[in-house]
Amino acid sequence: MFPTQAIRRFRERQSGRSRFEQTVLPHLDAAYNLARWMTRNDQDAEDVVQEATLRALRFADSCHGADVRAWFLAIVRNAGYTWLRQNRTHEPIGVLDDDWQAAQPAEQSDPERLLLQRLDIQAIREALEELPVEFREVIVLREMEGFSYREIADIAAIPVGTVMSRLARARKRLQASLAARAVEEGAPL
Amino acid sequence: MTCDDLEPLVDSYADGELDLARTLEIEQHATGCAACSHTLASRRALRTALRGATPALYYPAPDHLHRTLVRSLRRERRAVAPPRAGIAFGMRRWTGPAALASVAFAALLLVLVVPRLPLGEDPLAHEVVSSHVRSLMAGHLTDVLTSDKHTVKPWFNGRLDFSPTVVDLVKDGYPLVGGRLDDLAERPVAALVYRRGRHLINLFLWPASEQAADTPPESGGTYRGYHVLHWSQSGMTCWAVSDVNEADLTDFARLFRESR
Repeated sequence: MFPTQAIRRFRERQSGRSRFEQTVLPHLDAAYNLARWMTRNDQDAEDVVQEATLRALRFADSCHGADVRAWFLAIVRNAGYTWLRQNRTHEPIGVLDDDWQAAQPAEQSDPERLLLQRLDIQAIREALEELPVEFREVIVLREMEGFSYREIADIAAIPVGTVMSRLARARKRLQASLAARAVEEGAPL
Repeated sequence: MTCDDLEPLVDSYADGELDLARTLEIEQHATGCAACSHTLASRRALRTALRGATPALYYPAPDHLHRTLVRSLRRERRAVAPPRAGIAFGMRRWTGPAALASVAFAALLLVLVVPRLPLGEDPLAHEVVSSHVRSLMAGHLTDVLTSDKHTVKPWFNGRLDFSPTVVDLVKDGYPLVGGRLDDLAERPVAALVYRRGRHLINLFLWPASEQAADTPPESGGTYRGYHVLHWSQSGMTCWAVSDVNEADLTDFARLFRESR
């Protein structure tokens, strides 16, 4: 077994990296991924992550013993929304009605067809990008980062019930959108 | 349970956020209801598709971003750090070049070492995390679903060429959910499933290649938010993986090792 831990410790001691760099920067991929999905643009995502990292440094004291990844992502998320409000005035934010029972599209996909779509990454990427940002972020946090409802609620500062309804509505939209794409491409049923 | 009761719970069910009683109720209802079993199946298919696509959909941070951030963090720290008073002149003359040298060394290390030693580089750790993620997909978590260790342990008899340690940690807040057969490092292994709150812990066990000495839990890294710990005890190799925080996972490993 490769003694990765010992080498990591040695490297940290030698390089004189600060505790902040050691605890926060390992979550850089998660931060960038969230920012990239929020802004849908490489350069904008970098700007958001830079801003968030400096904010995190300033508020490092507010992270006492909590899950660092969740704490950092909450800051990235806030920086992302600030950025969207300032630079993307056409991006609709906060216009979701949370009366999710009223907004359900009909269940029109079937599982076989979705399974056929499994390898078509591009279709999934496009369907995800078309979602409103509030839906996109819960999907990223749940499916890509594996956070629980409670943790997502803390990160996004919304009630657990809202997490649940946003995820449900986001998935319904994705399902409908992927099924529509499958029909367009003439995939067999 | 009726179809109307089930509808709002579909996602919580698929996400494993429901308690066992409610989960069983849903599964029971879906067996006798074509519409609901269709709803569950299509939601499951969507999750499978999303999880399967995650490695391709994930945007890792570009390499230069890490370097840029380290630079701006250092600048920021210098700008806000209070002036250090009361340090002897000789001392200050020494810290200047030393700091410069360590920054240069850090930069050198970042360039030379960091890209070659990412966290969780161990291929087995990746395999463990993949198994864990696969097991979270509905219907794959347990082959034997019971919190009774006296049922789980004998269940493995005849299915494996070894008898895994099964302990119940319910009094410590880690109830046993069940067990299943899995495949790791090109051999069949025992997977024990424990729960911490709403998080699941997969513990993989198999005999060590030779009678190895006991080793304390060591981190196998963190990959996509899942922490990995591994250790050896009584000639068994143990790998634990979960999205619980690292402290809880370490605590779990300690309890498991101690409660023999």
